[in-house]
This record gives sequence, structure tokens and C-alpha cells, in this order.
Amino acid sequence: MNIVVCVKYVPDATADRQFESDNTVDRVGVDGLLSELDEYAVEQALQLKEKAGDDTEVTALCIGPEKAVDAVRKALQMGADKGILVSDEAIAGSDYLGTSLVLAEAIKKISQEIGQSPDLVMCGMASTDASGSVVPAMLAERLDLPQVTFASVIETQGDQVRIKRDGDTATEVIGATMPLVMSVTDQTGEARYPSFKGIMAAKKKPLETWSLSDLGVDAELVGLNASWSAVEETAARPPRTAGEIVTDEDGSGATALTEFLASKKFI
Amino acid sequence: MSEVLVVVDAVDGAVRKPTLELLALAKKLGTPSAVYFGGNDAAVTDKLKAFGAEKIYVVDDAEIKGYLVAPKAEALQQLVEKTSPAAVLLVSGYEGKEIAGRLAIKTGSGIITDAVDIEDGGVTRQSVFAGNYTVKSKVTKGTPIITVKPNSAAPEETAGAGEVEAFAATISDSAKKAQIVAAQPRKSTGRPELTEAAIVVSGGRGTGGNFDPIEGLADALGAAVGASRAAVDSGWKPHSFQVGQTGKVVSPQLYVANGISGAIQHRAGMQTSKTIVAVNKDEEAPIFELVDFGVVGDLHSVLPAATEQIEKRKG
Repeated sequence: MNIVVCVKYVPDATADRQFESDNTVDRVGVDGLLSELDEYAVEQALQLKEKAGDDTEVTALCIGPEKAVDAVRKALQMGADKGILVSDEAIAGSDYLGTSLVLAEAIKKISQEIGQSPDLVMCGMASTDASGSVVPAMLAERLDLPQVTFASVIETQGDQVRIKRDGDTATEVIGATMPLVMSVTDQTGEARYPSFKGIMAAKKKPLETWSLSDLGVDAELVGLNASWSAVEETAARPPRTAGEIVTDEDGSGATALTEFLASKKFI
Repeated sequence: MSEVLVVVDAVDGAVRKPTLELLALAKKLGTPSAVYFGGNDAAVTDKLKAFGAEKIYVVDDAEIKGYLVAPKAEALQQLVEKTSPAAVLLVSGYEGKEIAGRLAIKTGSGIITDAVDIEDGGVTRQSVFAGNYTVKSKVTKGTPIITVKPNSAAPEETAGAGEVEAFAATISDSAKKAQIVAAQPRKSTGRPELTEAAIVVSGGRGTGGNFDPIEGLADALGAAVGASRAAVDSGWKPHSFQVGQTGKVVSPQLYVANGISGAIQHRAGMQTSKTIVAVNKDEEAPIFELVDFGVVGDLHSVLPAATEQIEKRKG
């Protein structure tokens, strides 16, 4: 089996995330890492590999600045076999459409190299920076593959895939035949930490960097200027003014809480 | 004025509140036209009309409902070609976002997700980085496709013409590749829907698994019940209760966090709430940095006592 896992390099959510002067996300000045939600996709890919046997290859695919190689490396340390970083200054500032285009073209190039479509293209449920959740569906659209997305439980039998999707109003079972695009939620289970052995092994694993010209993508089609939506303004939310904090003593907390709720007309 | 397509989110013939909010927002951009995937259902069309739909396109879902997302995007593409709308509005949920993503590619249009407001001229407001930044954006190419978070506008009960028109979409085999094999509707809790509720009362690790005090206060306030990821991971509440980055993102008038420390992942799901209250034993808990009002104390004694006082006041 052949699995491609799309991984994103994002600003650390616990750091002070900010925007550049052109209103794009600061991806260089803020420490970055592999998006936590993509770790679940890597984990599930590795579990499928372990279930299927040794001839399964897992490729971690990432788009980002040079530093984004850290996200690919983390996936290799966890156990992915191969890494690809698509890095090109022209990509910076791409919207979902540009990002999904580059990912789709990279997957097509991978398909050419292995002589078939990857059986599974896997993604996390969202990135931790933009949290749009639209790229997996866009990849399915661009690659004309079935989408089985927001999986909380995954079952495979041969080329048949069934997932549990905890939708907005119902829990559904979605079925499709490989090749397909899958996204997984954090409900699929803890992602593994890289072992010492994994960290050492990762250093010897193949890691390629591709540019737009390697993919045959016209630079005019991606990047900030080709984006089909424009950010006009970004503003830090004013800090919340410090609220009143009381310490409960012999029931005083309950009374104060009730008084507060009544004063705001919530009762 | 151009039409604005509002994709209806309805369950068992009941239109959900976020759709009514979209109808109100659509009026800022043009004349609201609802798009309903289903049968000719008077309960649905009457409701859409009452909340301002000038037109209601009914797309027969017999051929669509067994498949995930793709057929709806295909039908909408055909409707966009027919009507050249000023915008397409969808509810920000799993399905709404995924339909929007596919539709953007099909129609060569820009997309904005998770808007919390739309201003005249189609400028949207989003709340990003766990609510720490506000971003204003605009679609610059094609038909603006915008997904809007629940609770972003007040529904307006001003009737529109509500003219019903059946729309026959052609669905390709290619769109029928991901099949919905089974569906189990979520059991009603008898409380308001989490993302739509005006008040949310949540519990975390500090409950120790006992949600009675949380549910008691929620019922006294007519609120929805939420849970932190720690509480969900401990198996105390199902995932559908989870508030946070990987659960529901809520923006109620009042959010009461109990026994929740306030990690960034939780903040991402509730930081835009209008008023925030917390009860926590640990005075150092980061949640207290966000609150309008906080009680340092044990939720197991504070909440039941407060619930009793609230019930008394209500008489």
C-alpha cells in the first residue's frame, strides 16, 4: 500500500502568534512545529502500515518555508518512510485554493513516480493556525477521489474503507474504495512520540525538496497575489479587562456568583 | 439586487437556527434565496419564508442523500451558474465547510471560512488564533463563498415572498464515491444545542467525573452543557459535548467554565463568548485571566448552592 500524509508546519499555538505587515501569518519569526492535529494523521497512517505489512510506504508531504522541514522530520521520526517538502517563495501567502493546488500537483508527481495513485491521501481534521478544515475536501475535488473525512474510527479491509464520522447532527458511517482522501480527528487516538531509535533512523531516510517548477505549476497561480480572497485588516483583540475574582468562604462564592449573574440579567 | 444563496441546514424537517441567522446576514448582500436539499416540505419552506427567504430552491435529495458532500457541491455549482448570485452562504460545520471548499474549486471562487460577521459590501470578520486576533477579509474572485459560525447574527422574523421553485440538479457518478452507509441521529439531550445556546455551562477535570453540579446549574439557567477535552478523554461525556479546538466552537452570551484550567485549546473554543465566568479551586488557573467574574472555590459546593439561590430568585 502507498500512503501520503499531508502535514503542515504551523506557528506554535502556545507562542505569541502574529501577522506580518502584509497580513499573512508570521511563519518565520514565531517558533513553528508539525501541526498537532496532523500528528493524528501520521499516527493512523503508521498504524495502517503496521496492519498491512512491510511493503507499505508512508510519505510525509509538506508545503512551507525552508524551516518547515522540521515538520517533515518529525513525521519521519515518528516512523514515516520518506519526506517531501515543497518549498518556493512564490507559494508564500497562498489561500486554501493555492495550497490545495500545490498539494494536488505534488501528489500527482508522487503518483507518476510510483506508477499509481497513492491508495490513501491522509490529512488532519484542520490546521491549528487557519483551522479551515477545507483542504481535504478540496484535494478530493482536485484529484477526483472519494473523500472520507473527519474520521474518528477507521476500518479497512483490502481496498475497502469505512470510517465513523461524528457529524454536526448525526454519527455516520462512510464507506468508499481506495484510492481516496481521508482526514482524521483527534478522537482516533494518541499520536506516538518519536523514540530514540526513530530519531536516529530518521536521519537516514530520504527527504526531498521540490520547487514549483519541479511540479510544473505556474508561479502566477499561487501565492498572495493569486489568492482569491484578500485580508484587509488584522487586529489584536483588545485584552479582556481584568474581571472580579472572589474567594469562596462558607458559601460566599455561591452568593456572589448568583448576584453577578442577576446583575447581568442572566437569571 | 442579486440573489444570495443560503444553503439550508435542516434535520428531520426542522430548520436549524444558524440557517435563520444566515438569512438575516444575506439581506446585507442582496435578496436571500434559500437552497433546501429535501422533499417538498411545507414546515421547512414556511419557516424559511417567515425568516425572509424571497425564493426557495428545493433540490430533490433522493439521489443525493446517500452520499457525502460531493453531490451537494455539484448541485450548488449548477445553481450558481443559473442564478449568478452575489454570494453563497453556508453554516460553518463539517458539512458546510466541505461543500464550500469543493464549490470554490468548481466555480473558480474565493472562500472564507468561520466568519463571525458580514458587513455591507461582503467584508467578513473572523476571529483567529484562539480568538486573539480579528481579521477582516473579502473574496476578490468569482462568487464569494462564505461559511458563517452559529450565533453570528440574530434571526429576523420578517417574511419574504418565499416563492418555491424545484431545481433539478444533474449528479455525476463521480460525486457518488463516498457512501453514507449508516447514520445515527444524535440523541436529543433536552437542552439547547451547544453551538446555538445563549448560555453554556461547562465542566472539566475538576468535576472528577460528577457532572450533576454542572447540569443542575445549566438547567437553572436554561443553558447547554459543555465539557473540556480532559473530561471527554476521561470518558465522562461524549465527544459531542467537547468545547475547544477539536470540538465545538461556541460564542454564547454567557460561558461558565467549571473545573477547567483554560488551556489554549479550550480557549480556542470559547474565548469569543460575551461574558465569561469561571469556578476553579486553583487560583492560578489561566482561565481566570479571561473572566469577567471568577470564584476561587470548589465547584461541588459553589454550584449546587448557587443553583438553589437561582431557583429561589426565579420563584
